[in-house]
Amino acid sequence: MIELWNVSKTYEAGNKALRNVSMNVEDGEFVFIIGRSGSGKSTLLKMLLKEIEPTSGKIIVNDMNLGKMPRKFIPKYRRKLGMVFQDFRLLKDRNVYENVAFAQRVIGASTKSIKESVPAILTMVGLSSKYKFLPQQLSGGEQQRVAIARALINRPEILLADEPTGNLDGHNSMEIMKLLNEINKQGTTVIVVTHSQEIVDRMKKRVIVMDRGAIISDEKKGGYTYEN
Amino acid sequence: MRISTFWYCLKQGVNNICRNILFSLASIATVSACIFLFCLFFSIMINVQHVIKNTEGTVGVTVFFEAGLDKNKITEIGNQIKAREEVKETKFISAEEAWNEAKKEYFGDMQDLAEGFEQDNPLANSSSYTVFLKDLVNQDKVVDWLKGIEGVRKVNYSRTAAEGMNSLNKVVGVLSMLIIGILLSVAIFLISNTISVAAAFRKNENHIMKLIGATDYMIRAPFVVEGIIIGLVGASIPLIAIYFLYRSTVEYVVTKFSILTGLFQFLPVEAIFPYMAATALSLGLGIGFFVSFFTIRKHLKV
Repeated sequence: MIELWNVSKTYEAGNKALRNVSMNVEDGEFVFIIGRSGSGKSTLLKMLLKEIEPTSGKIIVNDMNLGKMPRKFIPKYRRKLGMVFQDFRLLKDRNVYENVAFAQRVIGASTKSIKESVPAILTMVGLSSKYKFLPQQLSGGEQQRVAIARALINRPEILLADEPTGNLDGHNSMEIMKLLNEINKQGTTVIVVTHSQEIVDRMKKRVIVMDRGAIISDEKKGGYTYEN
Repeated sequence: MRISTFWYCLKQGVNNICRNILFSLASIATVSACIFLFCLFFSIMINVQHVIKNTEGTVGVTVFFEAGLDKNKITEIGNQIKAREEVKETKFISAEEAWNEAKKEYFGDMQDLAEGFEQDNPLANSSSYTVFLKDLVNQDKVVDWLKGIEGVRKVNYSRTAAEGMNSLNKVVGVLSMLIIGILLSVAIFLISNTISVAAAFRKNENHIMKLIGATDYMIRAPFVVEGIIIGLVGASIPLIAIYFLYRSTVEYVVTKFSILTGLFQFLPVEAIFPYMAATALSLGLGIGFFVSFFTIRKHLKV
């Protein structure tokens, strides 16, 4: 479960990114966060990843207070999260298999475990036949699938996706969202930041709308409720 | 650490070097230059030290005793001297030996001239101990102590020889440290730059690693491996060069300038190389490890 209590963030330049944000996300939920550029959506995800600290307020993830978490526990905490980016952030000099295996390798997983889990996850995202391809030999949708496979390989409890369909066409966007929905059905909490009205309207999931750093709306089965 | 993780870090370290091959080669060349000069000074210093040590062995402090001092008392003083930790060796010269030496020195082939003294040794009170020290630095201290012993009449020693050798030793040492210090600074700067470039090159990868949950140690390891490889390769090249250069130089000097061998004896390469290699490799490894370790720290703040 993710809990935010009166979380605010002011950057050094004085820009207020979040203002007294409070919200809960239950285990296994699928949540869209939408809002204009600069409304604080990405700041929120970065805080959940413990990339940045709130100026005030409290964030609790699975009963862990992030503000009181010692630095040495951060890597273990992050292994419970999966992160998907708009620009995929794949390693261009490594093929599909190595990109996914990389996520296991860097946390010290054994070669045996890597050899078992990477083909399985590539099958799940539909890329088992392209495991030798380099990222630049794949379409945008396929690259995002690789990124999702990489995010899922360590079996995270929560998947955070920052504009996962931002660089994809409509068809590929829906394919990616179907995949995220499947992952959610298997029990993973999924939080997606997006600008795509079509996706939000079609998925009928919980929608949190942010504006100027504050939550202005939170609906259980919402739609795209603001003008971009 | 798992073996697979070790190999992964090693592979990534080698990849880092290959990706920035020019920077890596520049770093290796600088480390090589530093360590080459270090080895050169090491060879010179160790040979100078060798000569100094040999010479030190011939510079002794001579202790003379009061007239008529009992033989047992002289032996007792001799034992006290031998027991000092600064003392390497002592040599007792009896009055008879002193007179025989004097006869050889002053009368040469005309020994018969000395026959008149046969029953009356003019050096009857000249039995002495010649004391050789482990290090001439301690000469003043030991001489002061010797002068304070009851029964000691006179202590002869050469202040100039001791001071001259000590200052030569110090000059060579300080000069070497200074040059090596400057070169080390250049090497540290270049390795640090190379690691920074590699870190900039892998910025995206490091960021992803952090977000996936890699520990600082896991992110640091490939860079530390890179630093260690640069340091070790940089140390090995000049070691090989110095080995052959030193050997051929000694051979050349010994054959072409045989007159020098009476004055100056080079240590054989086999005698100095193990120490030189151990020092140079430790230096290369140490520089590579510490510079990369500390340089990469500032790139870990994610």
